[in-house]
Amino acid sequence: MMPKLFTFKGGVKPASHKDESADAPIRVAPLPSRLIIPLRQSARAVARCVVEPGQAVRKGEVIAAAEGPMCTAVHAPTSGTVLAIEPQPVPHPSGLPAPSIIIEPDGKDRWIDLTPFDHLAATPQQTRDYLRDCGIVGLGGAGFPSHVKLGPGEKGIDTLIINGAECEPWITCDDRLMRERAEMVLAGAAIMRHVTGARRILVGIEDNKPLAVESMKAAAEKLGESAIDVIAVPTRYPAGGEKQLIRVLTGIEIPYGKLGTHFGVQCFNVGSAHAVFRAIAHGEPLISRILTLSGNMAKPGNFEVLIGTPIRELLPLAEPRADTDRYLMGGPMMGVALQSLDIPVVKGTNCILAGSPTLFPPPPPEMPCIRCGECAKVCPAELQPFQLYWFSRAKIFGKTQEFSLFDCIECGCCSYVCPSRIPLVDYFRFAKGEIWAREKEKAAADVARQRYELRLAREEREKEEKAAKLAAKTAAGREKAAATLAVAEKPAITPEDAAKKALIAAALERAKAQKEQVHPGNENNLTQEQEAEIAAIEARRTEIREMAKPHLRQDD
Amino acid sequence: MLEAILVMALGAVVLGAALGYAAVRFRVEGDPLVEKIDAILPQTQCGQCGFPGCKPYAQAIAKGEADINCCPPGGDEGIHKLADLLGREFKSLSAEHGIEKPKSVAVIDEQACIGCTLCIQACPVDAIVGAAKQMHTVVSVQCTGCELCVAPCPVDCIRMVPIQETVDTWKWKYPVVPIRQIA
Repeated sequence: MMPKLFTFKGGVKPASHKDESADAPIRVAPLPSRLIIPLRQSARAVARCVVEPGQAVRKGEVIAAAEGPMCTAVHAPTSGTVLAIEPQPVPHPSGLPAPSIIIEPDGKDRWIDLTPFDHLAATPQQTRDYLRDCGIVGLGGAGFPSHVKLGPGEKGIDTLIINGAECEPWITCDDRLMRERAEMVLAGAAIMRHVTGARRILVGIEDNKPLAVESMKAAAEKLGESAIDVIAVPTRYPAGGEKQLIRVLTGIEIPYGKLGTHFGVQCFNVGSAHAVFRAIAHGEPLISRILTLSGNMAKPGNFEVLIGTPIRELLPLAEPRADTDRYLMGGPMMGVALQSLDIPVVKGTNCILAGSPTLFPPPPPEMPCIRCGECAKVCPAELQPFQLYWFSRAKIFGKTQEFSLFDCIECGCCSYVCPSRIPLVDYFRFAKGEIWAREKEKAAADVARQRYELRLAREEREKEEKAAKLAAKTAAGREKAAATLAVAEKPAITPEDAAKKALIAAALERAKAQKEQVHPGNENNLTQEQEAEIAAIEARRTEIREMAKPHLRQDD
Repeated sequence: MLEAILVMALGAVVLGAALGYAAVRFRVEGDPLVEKIDAILPQTQCGQCGFPGCKPYAQAIAKGEADINCCPPGGDEGIHKLADLLGREFKSLSAEHGIEKPKSVAVIDEQACIGCTLCIQACPVDAIVGAAKQMHTVVSVQCTGCELCVAPCPVDCIRMVPIQETVDTWKWKYPVVPIRQIA
């Protein structure tokens, strides 16, 4: 039965360019000369390194352990030796270095002992922990840890959506995966359904991939699963966006600040389902992924690549043409330009796109916004990009938030249709970054204010305590002095003056006693001659003092 | 005539009572303006403005005793925000109070530290740990970069290190269009 489909607002239909790479079967990329595995596999967490330079590791061995709730483990993609643990450029728009483990493969590709995991016997929590230790993250691009998404959420999960839409032009890695390994993907989805307790599985595939739809349908029939629906959705970018796909398949519109789980829906990429299957059924951690090499290349195709493979070593497989002038990581709509080719493949790398001046001509100069509203028509998040642009450009960040900047999924539809060729998404990314930085600064300032106030309070308290102590001491001393004075009884001076004098006298006495106790250390163990010398010197000193006495002032 | 006067008088009494009650019931504790100004100030507690901390400077601004352009760590953006809040004209940062510098943290050369505790006493946010005759070190996440610990150090073992940009702190830059020669 064909379920009723819904639509999302906006979207564009760029030329899909899927044919270039979709027909070549997945090939396994050869072992690179070295692997660079960043410890920071997603935006949210950095794994804790558990190996040392020089250590031999086997394929699938844990090299960095999960730390914190949003972190997953990292594994050695092949057997070899850890060369170093040092900062290396990572796939990030900044191109800045981040701590990475560098492994030199030994060429033997020896696995650790693999043991499948029985998820039917285990509790969901145990399965989630196992998947965390297998390093499973979302393979759609953002790299969100799957064990977190498999949690029960607030109301439990009713519908599991497997995202095979792959709406970005050029990319075909999910297409090939579904064509070649449909059964594994659905088996993975079934495991996820078991863990989340979902009722049904919906697989959403854009209708420009008929072979993938067919293959997945056949696999679903073969599995004999009635609760798996493979659904072809209309091809329209960004149908593969999480909120858009949920909208198309279930009709649920997820409002600002909510997630799919609030409505009993959870969405996973087909690659993630495949990785879950491999982890559970074979015990294999996530150490490789399928990625598309396409664009300005002679032999575009899909390759199964080890995580950590430097992109430079990968490119010869697809033979980039001579006029290639730059490379994009990801698709043409959302991808970011690579700063260097030494950057490694990470779990979220789905495509490397070669660009040339003819294939992706450099953007023409930006013209003023004419407020035509085309961007608002195509925005799948139903925002007003022209307003957001205006405020981002003027750095009025409060207003951008009023216009729901953070609902923007950076899909690039607005920039795609803009007749003035304004790089709108760049402005939105800038504004988001500034707002986050300000929030961080504000939090730091609040901490500083609190610490400063606590310090002032502490200083005040210490001062008071000191004063109280001093007052107590003086009072005690005065009482004592007054008591001694009461015996002598001299009416000429008041008891208070007498107490002060007595205190001074006592202090002088103490000082004198202290002075007598101290004597220079170099006067120990002296010979008789030296003692005689000292005595002579002392005698001279007394003489001089006597001589000087009449000349000194009275008070001295 | 008399009725009108009585009605007006009654109205005055009733409204006066209501206002008097509201003044007591909804009294605002403290000075909300000081709080608002203090929220804009960067809380570096560096004293470059000539006041012993951000709060005293905020109080001085609220009283009109200090200008709004005396805070170098807040920079031009901070002055803009203060100008907006107080409805004043923007002024560029006053040069006598210092210049805006990149955000830094203090770092103690632990080999050279003699454990004198002078920097600990100088730190306004208690971000330095150590004890007498023991090595000291800066808790860098809590350091505001105020530089107050640099001067008291008798062995000059504290230096200010600008915070490096990392993958986590990197931000997208403001989009600029490169200018090209076309003719």
